[in-house]
Amino acid sequence: MDSSFIWSELVPALNDGLLVSLLLIIPSACLGLLLGILAGFSRTFGPPWLSRIASAYATVFRGTPLLVQLFMLYFGLPNVGVYLTPYVAAVAGFSLCSGAYHSEYIRGALLSIKSGQIRAAESLGFSRVKTMVHIVLPQAMRRALPGVGNELIYLIKYSSLAYIITCIELTGEAKILAAQTFRYTEVFLIVGCYYLILVSLASVGLRKLEDMLRVPGYGKG
Amino acid sequence: MAGEELLRVEGLNKTIGGTSILSDVTMSVQKGDLKVLIGPSGGGKSTLLQCINLLLFPDTGRIILGGKEVSFRRKREVLAYRQQIGMIFQEFNLFDHLNALQNVSIALRKVKRMSSRQAAERAERELKRVGIGEQKHLYPAELSGGQKQRLSIARALAMDPAILLLDEPTSALDPELIGEVLAVIRDLSQKGMTMLMATHQMGFARTLAQEIMFMEQGQIVEQGGPRELLSCSDDQQSRTLSFCSKINELYA
Repeated sequence: MDSSFIWSELVPALNDGLLVSLLLIIPSACLGLLLGILAGFSRTFGPPWLSRIASAYATVFRGTPLLVQLFMLYFGLPNVGVYLTPYVAAVAGFSLCSGAYHSEYIRGALLSIKSGQIRAAESLGFSRVKTMVHIVLPQAMRRALPGVGNELIYLIKYSSLAYIITCIELTGEAKILAAQTFRYTEVFLIVGCYYLILVSLASVGLRKLEDMLRVPGYGKG
Repeated sequence: MAGEELLRVEGLNKTIGGTSILSDVTMSVQKGDLKVLIGPSGGGKSTLLQCINLLLFPDTGRIILGGKEVSFRRKREVLAYRQQIGMIFQEFNLFDHLNALQNVSIALRKVKRMSSRQAAERAERELKRVGIGEQKHLYPAELSGGQKQRLSIARALAMDPAILLLDEPTSALDPELIGEVLAVIRDLSQKGMTMLMATHQMGFARTLAQEIMFMEQGQIVEQGGPRELLSCSDDQQSRTLSFCSKINELYA
């Protein structure tokens, strides 16, 4: 291995890519979670029409490959007059796909909240929405956290598909450099380390969050 | 006891899944009274209580609280009405993610829109009133059954309800914990709280209730003072009494 290549060419290029990756992952994680919460609630407690729409959304975005979704958003939508930049198309694709999976985790967590607590809240004069926001959601999020965290970790890794629709992130930078120098082994070994570190940091953060939110009577607590 | 009528229910009917659960129930509760609802399981006691605070909507019938008829249709009126009716459940139904203090204060903050400090002060007073002031930082999973039920009573009382509905408040408790919950209820009754309570605690009903209603198959079969219904003076036993003796035999 040539250490001067690694430090003077590879690492600076990958750091640029890392920044783009983070700019993809963070908004997609937030939007995806928001979509997942909305879809999960709609599927569990929504009126039949809304529940059906949310289920259809989950079916479509869980049932098709992410790459196909990205191609549709970036190459397909211009045919109907919608032009997205590579970055916007990638964030949209990641959020929609991730939201579909989140909705399943959240639906499961919502179903685990005993209906008695909902009745108790209503008996105190809570409206339906307030019951959801103050009683059901805080408990459901705790139960959904392991699954939701898993999905965030997936997201970190599927952000590597963005370069295929020309949004050059970590994997994209690596691909370009590897093709130019033909040093596939070094380049992808180090890219692998970047992802491993990102995922490890996310895992530690999620574990911390779980500990912070732990309430006696839930799980180990 | 010719107190002022606080709650009146007229001609209440409720059918669930094709089965009639309540048929033409008419009853009233006087201000300051403790009225006890007894009868076999499946007789409609729970459904009646849930219809009274509109957790279930009756199919037909009227509910009048403090002389004012309650509209079932208008959402805002229903929410305001529920605040005036405290509800105690057999299974406590505490909010598992909140500690004792927060369990009481959350409705004060989110429904009554009190400031956090005011709500916490009020909540603390209510916890002390039911004797669990020391446990204010504990979560439901860390409380005993009796403490849980007392907490749920504190949560209901904090809303300043006009009447408290209790749905078998001691039925999910271990025998040695029943006393502490009944003591709280007794204390409330003596301080003038209006209550309607479904229970199997016959001794409690006999000594404290102003009136007993016996409910069977969705109807109020007998109604009267405990002395009338629970004394075995005549040759003809009341339905209530025979039910009570059956229960007592089971316990013995």
